[in-house]
Amino acid sequence: MWQFFHKLGSPKWFFGIATRLMPWLLAGGILLLMAGIVWGLAFAPKDYLQGNSYRIIFIHVPTAFLAQSVYVMMAVAAVVTLVWRMKLADVFVKSVAPVGLVLTFLSLFTGAVWGKPTWGTWWVWDARLTSMLILLFLYGGVIALDRAINDEKSAARAVAVLVLVGVVNIPIIQYSVEWWNTLHQPSTFKLTEKPSMPAEMWVPLLLSVLGLYLLFGWLACLRMQTEILLREQRTRWVKDYVLAGRG
Amino acid sequence: MAFDSFSAFMVMEGHGPYVWSCYAAFFLLMIGLMVWSLRRRKAAIEACRRGYEFQAGRQDASASAASFTRVKVSQD
Repeated sequence: MWQFFHKLGSPKWFFGIATRLMPWLLAGGILLLMAGIVWGLAFAPKDYLQGNSYRIIFIHVPTAFLAQSVYVMMAVAAVVTLVWRMKLADVFVKSVAPVGLVLTFLSLFTGAVWGKPTWGTWWVWDARLTSMLILLFLYGGVIALDRAINDEKSAARAVAVLVLVGVVNIPIIQYSVEWWNTLHQPSTFKLTEKPSMPAEMWVPLLLSVLGLYLLFGWLACLRMQTEILLREQRTRWVKDYVLAGRG
Repeated sequence: MAFDSFSAFMVMEGHGPYVWSCYAAFFLLMIGLMVWSLRRRKAAIEACRRGYEFQAGRQDASASAASFTRVKVSQD
């Protein structure tokens, strides 16, 4: 166990594993995502109340789900950074923050466009939408703070603290639809209950969520590799790797 | 199929512009993010390679500066 933990902290070991995993993550991600989207767009039945505009759900829910889930992963990595000073955890936080930003933006954008035909408005300042907007600012703050501090170790610690402070927002997003009156409908997937949709709707949704997860995995591996190369360029193995790839 | 024809699929009973603009934004940003990340990794590898070549070049230069070479100079 401890040996595994130790290995996990080794950038060189991670780099090798990531290289082997990435083709599978990319292929699986694209396959599942496309299957979910095509099924959802063309084959799923139309909603009796919202009509066809509900088809936005097949990208709205995956991006919103990932946006929050990426933040939780970043928070776990932030604890690891602060407690064990593991370099790889900090590399993870730094590499995935822009991905989280894009996903949060997409969930807000698709939500607004869905809101127009459904609620009659692009935006309301209610709990779910506002807490999601705060998540967008948190991602932006993490990226900005990391860029503002030149020293790698100070940046890692400051960013980790910010990520941990911001994690309080996640349960607020999650329960906002139950705690406050909101235009937003309740969650589609709950751990304890069966989805309230018919299977022809939630199966493609589940496929696109899983697909986006895999695609995120690919992006995370790719971006972490980039960060590792830049940080470890003075080491022997990076030099060998770079010079070997040339010929 | 939930639609009778391709044009019905595009129009989506008037919800087409909403649905398609969402999907367009999604694909645009996701593909953009993927291409950007791939290019960044390529650029990082290139930057490392140039760094090593620069170092190697400097070592060669300092090596030649410190070594003696026999130069024929006329003694007259």
